[in-house]
Amino acid sequence: MALSESELKALTEKAHQLRKDIIQTVAWSGGGHAGGALSQLDILVALYYKYLNIDPSNPEKPDRDRVVLSKGHGGVGYAPVLADKGYFKKELLQTFNHTGSSFGMHLDKNKVPGVDASTGSLGHGMSIAVGLALGAKFAKKDWLTYCIMGDGEQHEGSIWEGAMAAAHYKLNNLIGIVDNNNLCIDGPLTEIMDVSPLDKKWEAFGWKVKIINGHDFNEICDAIDEAQAYKDGPFLIIAQTVKGKGVDYMEGAKEWHYGGLDGDMTRKALESIDRMYAGK
Amino acid sequence: MAEGSVTWSIDDADHMTAAEIYGETLVQLGEEREDIVALTADLAKSTKIGKFEGRFPERFINVGIAEQNLFGIGAGLALAGFVPFISTFAVFASLRAGEQVRTDICYQNLDCKIIATHSGISFGQAGTTHHCTEDLAVMRSFANMTVIAPADGVETAKAVEASVDWKGPVYIRIGRGFEPWVHKDTNYNYEIGKGIEMRSGSDITVIACGTSVYAAVDAAEVLEKEDGLSVRVIDMHTIKPIDRDIIMKAVEETRRIVTFEDHNIIGGLGSAVGEVIVESGKGCAFKKVGIPDEYSIVGYPEDLYNHFKLDTDGVLETVREVMGKEFEEDEDWEDEI
Repeated sequence: MALSESELKALTEKAHQLRKDIIQTVAWSGGGHAGGALSQLDILVALYYKYLNIDPSNPEKPDRDRVVLSKGHGGVGYAPVLADKGYFKKELLQTFNHTGSSFGMHLDKNKVPGVDASTGSLGHGMSIAVGLALGAKFAKKDWLTYCIMGDGEQHEGSIWEGAMAAAHYKLNNLIGIVDNNNLCIDGPLTEIMDVSPLDKKWEAFGWKVKIINGHDFNEICDAIDEAQAYKDGPFLIIAQTVKGKGVDYMEGAKEWHYGGLDGDMTRKALESIDRMYAGK
Repeated sequence: MAEGSVTWSIDDADHMTAAEIYGETLVQLGEEREDIVALTADLAKSTKIGKFEGRFPERFINVGIAEQNLFGIGAGLALAGFVPFISTFAVFASLRAGEQVRTDICYQNLDCKIIATHSGISFGQAGTTHHCTEDLAVMRSFANMTVIAPADGVETAKAVEASVDWKGPVYIRIGRGFEPWVHKDTNYNYEIGKGIEMRSGSDITVIACGTSVYAAVDAAEVLEKEDGLSVRVIDMHTIKPIDRDIIMKAVEETRRIVTFEDHNIIGGLGSAVGEVIVESGKGCAFKKVGIPDEYSIVGYPEDLYNHFKLDTDGVLETVREVMGKEFEEDEDWEDEI
């Protein structure tokens, strides 16, 4: 169902605020995966502010929906979302990456409330998500599992082991999302190791696939609606995104896979984000 | 699990491999606990986890030949509240999927129970690709992991039962087939982390795990008869957490320790025992026997155990060698750190 104007406005305002929270967290952290954190954000905002059945006051609620951030380096973009949802105090983000902090680049399920699986080593999340989705089936529960992957992560063979199993077991309670920002650490995927045609590959592995603009809330929400309604098996959303989305000097720049921000860079990043949303 | 709760008898066990007993035990546990699920990677028959599939097909997952996926899915099922029993060959569990076991299961401290078969050189003719003389070292270095090498089928059943309510991940490594039984009945107290004195003795202590326990007990009887030696034998079924008390008692009372394991001499039982002794500051004669940091040869398992001095003859030879060495007994035990 199409988003109402007020829903779209609310999601957009939330994304605006969280992009700035992410920049602030990257600045506090001394260095973070800013590019991927910004490319994945609109997907997380749609999930956390419209779709997920969760209770931040009871993070381990048995029948909650699960999110596996398989691209675990997106942690610096995930923790601000969890903080905003109320899983923990926002001030804790100031300790991100600091010695002894609960928050590192790759979030630890046993230290950060709201995280459903510890991830970081790429290619692991899909199998964990398949296990979760199978668990819901075994328990005859209707909660859903979302697995957010990177596109560079598609290089990992284990992703495809999981993809094969999800289709084999017809896991219609599993929704995969690829943050398709076209960059891995060393450069464009087409140069480093081409994963295209990604849609055809997943389709060949038995998934229903939809390609969308990963920064357009109407498209994101339409795709999630379609994925939830699809009952024949697992559903993959390939969200075409821009690495560093919202910060002009980061957008599409491989150098911003990971980096630190001084005061001036932070200010410029926040201004750039405000400019992007000023037009909306 | 109540003592003696297994449904098969010791007479049945004579005709069953450790893996078959594992399969039977798992079915029994599945009857009692609905949260137990079972997974394998195209080795349902070989690992005997298929017995569970026969009884509870709705709680069984076969992922095909994809071990990384096997352990990742196991982690996901544990996160969903189940207690997964996961079986494949030891070499695939510890090496092919080592990172999934470490990062997905151990790091998250999940209740996954890994029952790895065909460990050590027990797969004889299959050769080094299917042997696994590294798993104890690998698994022992994963924080949160409990590592067990049962002596025989009876002990496998006890270890599997004990693992269900043992918090966190457990790795149980068993052999392939018809290794002889060393425990003559099922009525003995099994506790994870507590070694078992199979035989008392005061001249030397043999500490063994897995199939080597049988060879140690067998050899100890010969050594008593032929050499007049009093040989203590410890079944150290749990490699981690290691039973420090039973080791230090043996060091103090026998002053000579020999370890036997179907594993590389680096990183397994011998290393674990040696670490305890060295850190104690108490000196003693010490020798580790296992695969001497080389790749295994091909052959019948019994020939390989003979080649690597892990059978009765090997234990006899090693114990006689250690007993024959000059060793300065230190009577002033208390002066050490």
